[in-house]
Amino acid sequence: MKTLVTIAWRNVWRNKLRSGIVIASIVVGILAGLFIMAVTAGLNDQRLKSSIDTYLSHIQIHHPGFLEDFDKKDTITGAKTILNKIDTMQHVQAYSKRLVLQGMASTAHGNYGVKIMGIFQNEEKEVTDISKKLVQGTYLNKLKRNPIVLGEKLANKLNAKVNSKVVLNFQDASNNTIATSFRVEGIFKTVNSSFDEANVFVKYNDLAPLIDLSGKFHEIAIRCTNVNETIPVKTQISTNNLVETWDELSPELGYTQKTMNNFLYIFMGIILLALTFGIVNTMLMAVLERKRELGMLLSVGMDRRKVFAMIMLETLFLALVAAPLGVLLSLWGIEYFGIHGIDLSSVGKGLESFGMASRVYTKLPAVLYVNITLMTLVVALIAAVVPARRALKMNPAEAVKAI
Amino acid sequence: MNVIKTENLRKVYNEGKGNEVLALNGLSLTIDKGEFTAIVGPSGSGKSTLLNIIGGLDKPHSGNVFVDQVDIIALEENERINFRLRNIGFVFQAYNLIPVLNAKENVGFIMLLQHEPKEAINERVDELLTSVGLENQALKRPNEMSGGQQQRIAVARALASRPKFVLADEPTANLDSKSTAALLDIMEQLNEKEGITFIFSTHDQRVIDRARRVVTMEDGTIIADILQAN
Repeated sequence: MKTLVTIAWRNVWRNKLRSGIVIASIVVGILAGLFIMAVTAGLNDQRLKSSIDTYLSHIQIHHPGFLEDFDKKDTITGAKTILNKIDTMQHVQAYSKRLVLQGMASTAHGNYGVKIMGIFQNEEKEVTDISKKLVQGTYLNKLKRNPIVLGEKLANKLNAKVNSKVVLNFQDASNNTIATSFRVEGIFKTVNSSFDEANVFVKYNDLAPLIDLSGKFHEIAIRCTNVNETIPVKTQISTNNLVETWDELSPELGYTQKTMNNFLYIFMGIILLALTFGIVNTMLMAVLERKRELGMLLSVGMDRRKVFAMIMLETLFLALVAAPLGVLLSLWGIEYFGIHGIDLSSVGKGLESFGMASRVYTKLPAVLYVNITLMTLVVALIAAVVPARRALKMNPAEAVKAI
Repeated sequence: MNVIKTENLRKVYNEGKGNEVLALNGLSLTIDKGEFTAIVGPSGSGKSTLLNIIGGLDKPHSGNVFVDQVDIIALEENERINFRLRNIGFVFQAYNLIPVLNAKENVGFIMLLQHEPKEAINERVDELLTSVGLENQALKRPNEMSGGQQQRIAVARALASRPKFVLADEPTANLDSKSTAALLDIMEQLNEKEGITFIFSTHDQRVIDRARRVVTMEDGTIIADILQAN
């Protein structure tokens, strides 16, 4: 076996240019594949993070019927008991109580449908990051009466600036239409332009009396200490209300997250499949060029299984050199752009409409590096079967005389 | 005592395809231990086919081949491969050394395939390299040696496992006169001192002149079998 390994290893370096080209193609294939996977995973991760940070949080509690038609009367039952329970939970970092209304925001420039969130700004700051996304003004802590914070896209459509007056139209608990003016205190801009266009924040204490829901809440948003604590925290909340995790609230996000790895493997599989043809071609050339030598080996009595193993080993060695090199280069690139990010501002508007930032930070789970290395080795071995079988089929008497 | 015995060998190429070639036509030949035999004849006379069959690389359509009393035609493929490994030495026209191994490794290669102990391999390789006069070239790779030197290494490789006989197919075809003479000297010495049986297929008059027995073939049969006094 040692002799076979020695011969196979030296054969790899017999034609340095050819082996170099195969190694380079595997390295570039792995590098390109892993990097694109890391960009995709980074974009998805940022989308998930921004969705959780901006509006989803980890868990939300609602009245069971509230999300079906946003009926104002569907407030959380036993909210105080739930909040007392949540206060004792170790893995709950913060929570925010909200009133949520469907309404209309109006200025002289137009009317637009919005979701009106009545919040306690100090609680909300701990759960969502809207307060950190302000591009103008402050976060509901300056104006004493009826301040409102709205997204930049909506502000532009309403032609509203800080201190501008915006009228909110909504219905109270008795379905009477109420129109109340609010003054713009802050304008935020998140990575999700659709969110910016459709959400406004006002103080709970300004909104609740208007709809006669003081002390009642439509929504409790909970932020856990870690996303992995979401399920354990959810299971501890015992209530007749609807308790949902981020992936239940936004199934498309959860689905993307769950299927992401499958997509990434399929993508890498396609790249490796392309590499397979290159390896088969090169190793076939190597076998045909050495017909006389292989004929000699078969003539003198080398077991055909050993000839087969020798060709397999040569291919495996090529992959063993190339795969770690490709993975190390990818690791370096992904780490670098994971810190510094890649500027995609040229397509920033398109990305924002999908809730993605225009600077993407590459990211790839460690297990993918290991699996891709293993996949490369397996693919190389599969690719080696064709040339190795070709070597076995040689007639030694003819092969020794081949020109 | 005969080391090779063939009986009524018949081999046809392209059988049933309309362009049949009768390579061997009832050929019988016996070669005794220690012979230094040249098989000669024009191209297409069946020399190579005979050597391939004697060497267990090909099978006749009919007839028998006994090597040291073993019917090699009756052996299974794997048995025949193993038989070749342990009993037959091959020397090819184009040397066919392994380019990535040095002279010493090439000579010891067949013993490695036989799983001989390392010490025994080293001892035998040193002995053979000295026999072929290349003890100073042990660490050179084939591309660093002349054609003559490479063929001497090929002879040493063929002898490494102490085969029952050595089949040499046109061993001097690519060599100049000086290298041919040196190679034949070495093979003659090994034949005389160690009693190794050599069978050459050749067109080379220099080889024919040195052989002690010359078997001439034509159209797949032996037309002359002469013992020569050198």
